[in-house]
Amino acid sequence: MHELSIAQGVVDICQQHAGGRRVLAVTLEIGTLSGVVPDALEFCFEASTSGTLLEGARLDIERVAATGYCRDCDRTHPITAYFDPCPACGTFPLEVRSGEELRVKDLEVE
Amino acid sequence: MCTTCGCPSGEHDHHHHHEGGHHHEHSAGGVKLAVEMDILAKNNRLAEGNRRFLRERGVFALNLVSSPGSGKTTILERTLRDLSGKVRCAVIEGDQQTDNDARRIAATGVPARQINTGAGCHLDAHMVGHAMEELPMDDLDILFIENVGNLVCPASFDLGEAHKVVVLSVTEGEDKPLKYPQMFHAADVMLLNKVDLLPHLDFDVERCLEMARRVSPGIRIFQLSARSGEGMAAWYEWLGRKG
Repeated sequence: MHELSIAQGVVDICQQHAGGRRVLAVTLEIGTLSGVVPDALEFCFEASTSGTLLEGARLDIERVAATGYCRDCDRTHPITAYFDPCPACGTFPLEVRSGEELRVKDLEVE
Repeated sequence: MCTTCGCPSGEHDHHHHHEGGHHHEHSAGGVKLAVEMDILAKNNRLAEGNRRFLRERGVFALNLVSSPGSGKTTILERTLRDLSGKVRCAVIEGDQQTDNDARRIAATGVPARQINTGAGCHLDAHMVGHAMEELPMDDLDILFIENVGNLVCPASFDLGEAHKVVVLSVTEGEDKPLKYPQMFHAADVMLLNKVDLLPHLDFDVERCLEMARRVSPGIRIFQLSARSGEGMAAWYEWLGRKG
């Protein structure tokens, strides 16, 4: 359950940026390769926000699709896992270009 | 009235640029602030601090990760005994509860600090930074950090180590690299442990290594047995060269 640490990280970042105002909503960007499970994160978010400026805030999670760059075809393709070969030519390995994101994108304050 | 910049709150969907670098827009409920910040930024910053501290002292730090029961502590015990008098080592032990592992390590004569994470499932850079304060860091060659036995969570937390070393034992499934790709992708060294048991098992070593290399191309693999001592020499040679 490292989602609890992730949720606490989100709370810390939001409190730093909120300037003492109540936070109404937070948008996160979570890549599909990041190892974070959105449902678990939502559960931990509720537990971590209690008694903070984020209490009752809405959590919006934007999933970032994973892509990998293939040197042989000089193209970036969608992938589902670290070990996916190039869907066009079968080359391996691909360079992961997106999908590892774990970011607070924005927040909405009062 | 917008409390950030003082503009009338009725004007929605417009943009402001502020001295502080914050960009925000209004929506029906409140004021939107762009943040664009990595959630692990704090841990990564502390990990870089640990890395700098270790580099300045010439200490080679390894973060050992695996599922529970793969033999991390047994590998360490044997390694510490065999390197005793040649390489100056210390160990940070991470477990949810008990100091059993730190006591096993201390029995080898090497300084050890136990971190109990309680409910936590991984070590983080902050805990490791404090544990290092209690170790003789100026008189060390190698610091082994034995992470909490867990193939999921420790993958995300940089501790400041030179290498993440994943331990897989042949009594586990050979497809673990594909089942836990984030961890094997994050590791650049793998110890395949308990190879003395291979004659009794159906474990396909070549298939396992191929899967590990699919997830982490270029991963350096040592096949060994901490019990029989088989394969340990190559591991020691690599340790002696500090990677």
